[in-house]
Amino acid sequence: MCGIAGIIHKGKSSNVGGEMTAMLQALKHRGPDSTGYAVYAERDPGDYVMRIKLAEAEDMDRGRGIHAVLEERMAAVDAILDEHGANVKGKDRVRPYALRYVLTHEGDTGAMAGHIEEIEDVEILSMGSGLELIKDLGDAADVAEAYGLNDFEGTHGIGHTRMATESDVDIKSAHPYWAFPYNDVSVVHNGQITNYWIMRREMERKGHRFMSNCDSELLAVYTAHNLANGVSLEESLKRSIEEIDGVFTYLVCTKDQLGMAKDTMAAKPLVLYESDDLIAMASEEVAIRAILPHEIDTTDPYDEEVRVWQA
Amino acid sequence: MASVSDAVLKEMTQEERVKALGMTTDQLTGRSMYMEFDPDATERFAYPWAPDVDFNKRTELDCDGMTATEVNANIRSLMDEGYGSIVIKNPRGMHSLGVGILNKLNLIVEGSTGYFAVGLIDGPNVRINGRVGWSCGENMMSGTVMIEKNAGSTFGAAIRGGDLVCRGSVGSRTGIDMKGGTIIVGGDTGALSGFMMQRGRMVVCGNAGKNLGDSMYDGTIYVGGEIKSCGVDAVEAELTDLDKAWLTRKLTQYGLTPEKGVDHFTKIVAGKQLWNYDNLEPNEKKLIL
Repeated sequence: MCGIAGIIHKGKSSNVGGEMTAMLQALKHRGPDSTGYAVYAERDPGDYVMRIKLAEAEDMDRGRGIHAVLEERMAAVDAILDEHGANVKGKDRVRPYALRYVLTHEGDTGAMAGHIEEIEDVEILSMGSGLELIKDLGDAADVAEAYGLNDFEGTHGIGHTRMATESDVDIKSAHPYWAFPYNDVSVVHNGQITNYWIMRREMERKGHRFMSNCDSELLAVYTAHNLANGVSLEESLKRSIEEIDGVFTYLVCTKDQLGMAKDTMAAKPLVLYESDDLIAMASEEVAIRAILPHEIDTTDPYDEEVRVWQA
Repeated sequence: MASVSDAVLKEMTQEERVKALGMTTDQLTGRSMYMEFDPDATERFAYPWAPDVDFNKRTELDCDGMTATEVNANIRSLMDEGYGSIVIKNPRGMHSLGVGILNKLNLIVEGSTGYFAVGLIDGPNVRINGRVGWSCGENMMSGTVMIEKNAGSTFGAAIRGGDLVCRGSVGSRTGIDMKGGTIIVGGDTGALSGFMMQRGRMVVCGNAGKNLGDSMYDGTIYVGGEIKSCGVDAVEAELTDLDKAWLTRKLTQYGLTPEKGVDHFTKIVAGKQLWNYDNLEPNEKKLIL
């Protein structure tokens, strides 16, 4: 059934990583297969953070040769960054298959990202001036500890606990999805999209790439397409209710916004808390209570409801 | 369904009148139900195993560090000890809180609950001083439940009896498949409320979302605000004086009477155009199948 959560602080930073971990861990029962974060922070002007997956987690069990393969892939990534004139300011290898780069780049980042993804099995999880997207197998506590997310200071974020139903248990099918190549846009989704293949073909004809067979990826691609064509986030969310079939509730983050949309049947849950300086939402109240234990007022958004909040 | 005028109602016997208004209390069939609802067997109004509790005997139960299973087991233990008033502290969105209470009890929840709060209950009076998640009061048989804030979707799903009241607004599919009892919403309700409703009454003081009463078999829905749209076979009926009297009494009981009264309420009932119960299956079809 999957669990989704989102939080946005208005005009200030907070320990968004720790807050998201608490919320997602409270939603573990909705999906223990994988956990993902898309968290946003202010960075030095011109800096990009790129998160890369060199292989799937399960690939690490396929023999000793995998480590040499990963070294080759990492070297290939470095070469492409150099070729495109990117200035790498920092590089962390969080797990053997997970890399984090801090870089500056003046050229076409979309072209550079596309070039990197030509390397076999390499996927850019995110690239943005505010966004960092982390996803891996396991629950929120595991992922947060492995990736050092419990102390992540930022303005807003979304997250997901996945119960795999229509695609495999792997990182490429885990949420959030980055809206490639639109920097700083990420999506988490709870539901099923029934016109997935029709919409996917339409997006592919328009030149967009899909990395998985997970229907949720469509929402990221769809949002990226709309934003790239000058459509506002709010308008994109509204259009999605008309154009995308199925039962769904999904959250979208941009560098300074967080939005939500609920389908015409309102079949997938979302509980919403709003105050003057904080908005938090999750599939279940228990996730909000994990960070706001005192008594609060919460509401359920209705069918076809679209909301957007500014950081 | 054609509405029944007050003049016609006055000519009816009490039994005919309650049936005409959809207030029938037909004895439910089935072995387990017979035990509870036979009016001639008053000793069976309580379950044989139900403990005798004293409403004046009150205690508190702190949920901190407890699972829902442990909280519910503790409620049962306290009832066995004779406690008739239990205050639940720090529920913090816990799921399945207070389910399956088949006894008289005053249960006060100081805070908000998650999914399936006080489902499958038969008898207790519950007050929740917060909000509830999805499916609050699902399959409730009798008793009263009062929620002070908002409620999630499928509020009172398949409820069979008792009063389920939410002072705030509720989500979608409120009273889906309800088979009796009363659901009262102080605010708005979402789409597909009263979907496949079979009996009972639903009162929405605010607005109702689209497809209200879709495919309802029977029962009555009253809406004080705007109705976005009615569902298949849900039709508007005349709001009679008896309806108004019942609404006034019921809403007053819970302090939810609108300032402008109840005259403006819209009454929705089943058109019964989808009823095919009496149509025998054609022999030709039986042969084919």
